[in-house]
Amino acid sequence: MANILDIRRRIRSVTNTRQITKAMKMVSAAKLRRAQERALAARPYAQMLTNVLKSLVARTDIYDPETGEPRHPLLVQRPEENVLILVVTGDKGLAGAFNTNILKAATKFLELKHGKNIEIEAVGRKGRDFLRRRYPMAEPRKADSKDAARTTVVAEKVGVLNKVEYSLAAEIAERVIERYSRAEIDSVYLVFNEFKSVIAQRLVVEQILPIEKVGETTVTQAEEMDLEARKHAIEAAKGTGVGLRPPDTHEVDEAAAKFATAPVDYIYEQPPEELFRSLLPKYIGVQIFYALQESVAAEHAARMTAMEAATNNATDMIDSLTLIMNRARQAKITKEIIEIVSGAAAAS
Amino acid sequence: MPDTLQLEIVTPEKMVVKDVAQEVQIPGKGGYLGVLPGHAPLITELAIGEIVYKNANGTQRLAVAWGFAEVLPDKVTILAESAEKPAEIDVKRAQEAKTRAEQLLKAGGPDLDYGHAEAALQRAETRLQVAEKK
Repeated sequence: MANILDIRRRIRSVTNTRQITKAMKMVSAAKLRRAQERALAARPYAQMLTNVLKSLVARTDIYDPETGEPRHPLLVQRPEENVLILVVTGDKGLAGAFNTNILKAATKFLELKHGKNIEIEAVGRKGRDFLRRRYPMAEPRKADSKDAARTTVVAEKVGVLNKVEYSLAAEIAERVIERYSRAEIDSVYLVFNEFKSVIAQRLVVEQILPIEKVGETTVTQAEEMDLEARKHAIEAAKGTGVGLRPPDTHEVDEAAAKFATAPVDYIYEQPPEELFRSLLPKYIGVQIFYALQESVAAEHAARMTAMEAATNNATDMIDSLTLIMNRARQAKITKEIIEIVSGAAAAS
Repeated sequence: MPDTLQLEIVTPEKMVVKDVAQEVQIPGKGGYLGVLPGHAPLITELAIGEIVYKNANGTQRLAVAWGFAEVLPDKVTILAESAEKPAEIDVKRAQEAKTRAEQLLKAGGPDLDYGHAEAALQRAETRLQVAEKK
């Protein structure tokens, strides 16, 4: 029979753990709410930019009428030989299967592109650690390189997800655009966890370059969240003030849709082609910014769910330990009574 | 004819300004533009510079770096990569950025990305200018 004192000590330790996981859950919920607000605040810019680009596409000859070649280097499509993949994970663990799932999706995608020269940019410490263990670090490939096709990690961003700022996305975008224009890479993909709400998330691989059609994302691989995960997420969101529905963006979107697309004759200070040319790179930045924000929100949501599960497990453990302890105490008392009774019987 | 302008300034991170203005000055790529209510519809790219507008509380200034503006008779919408109010500008950082850019330009050399350094210098100068006039 286990020692009562030992069991009592274990109960106390599990109770402490439960307190920590409970606190972590509430912290994650608060961070998730903030991340959602930030994503919402970023919406008008992204929508307006996309809309004005779309309307400019209609007014611009983006293809050379004689050769049929696109006039902007970001619209040029080349045979895909050199692939750049941006993998967005979290910096921290304790978020259930969040990081693992993203890396699984990334691995699956890497297999799909097997045989091509693949370069990986890892955003987030967890993804960096995993990918660095599997693939060597290397310098980004030059356009005239004759090296054989292989998979390498060319860049990493770690510890930047605490507060996602546009400048981070802009920096990544700038490098990507430059390399694409120099034909060092032929396509760029983003692997990240898309977040609409706690119960509507998917793991996606999105093609951001070449731009196939402005205003439409090209998703090459997607994985919805399963029913089990959804059920846990609903449970975890209870009482935290995190809504299950995606926030209503209807009004914002409608206002944004009007930007620079009014049915009037605009005076163009610059020719539409020129505007188009300077706007297109910003569009890449916005897409990366969006992915980073979504990923951060999803990470907090995953941590919230994981901590809820941990709290529940701790409660179960305390219950069963209490039962064992009571049983042990009862057994001890019974034993003592038997001893006294048999002692008395022997004496009489 | 409208006698005020609705002004909205949006950055990738948030909506910075949503206000009613009597007059707006925009740093267009081809030079500053003054916009009064009733202006003809216009679309322009913005350069690095300051946006100045007059609202009920007086003259307001913001430092912007690259953007895109739509002018309608009763509305001005500006998409800016960054737009900072004087209170938000880190003067020390801008000063440092300015010195750094100046040194880069002075040092020259074949590796110098001239356009880049020039733009950095301009951004820093605009920030300082806006912060000063607060």
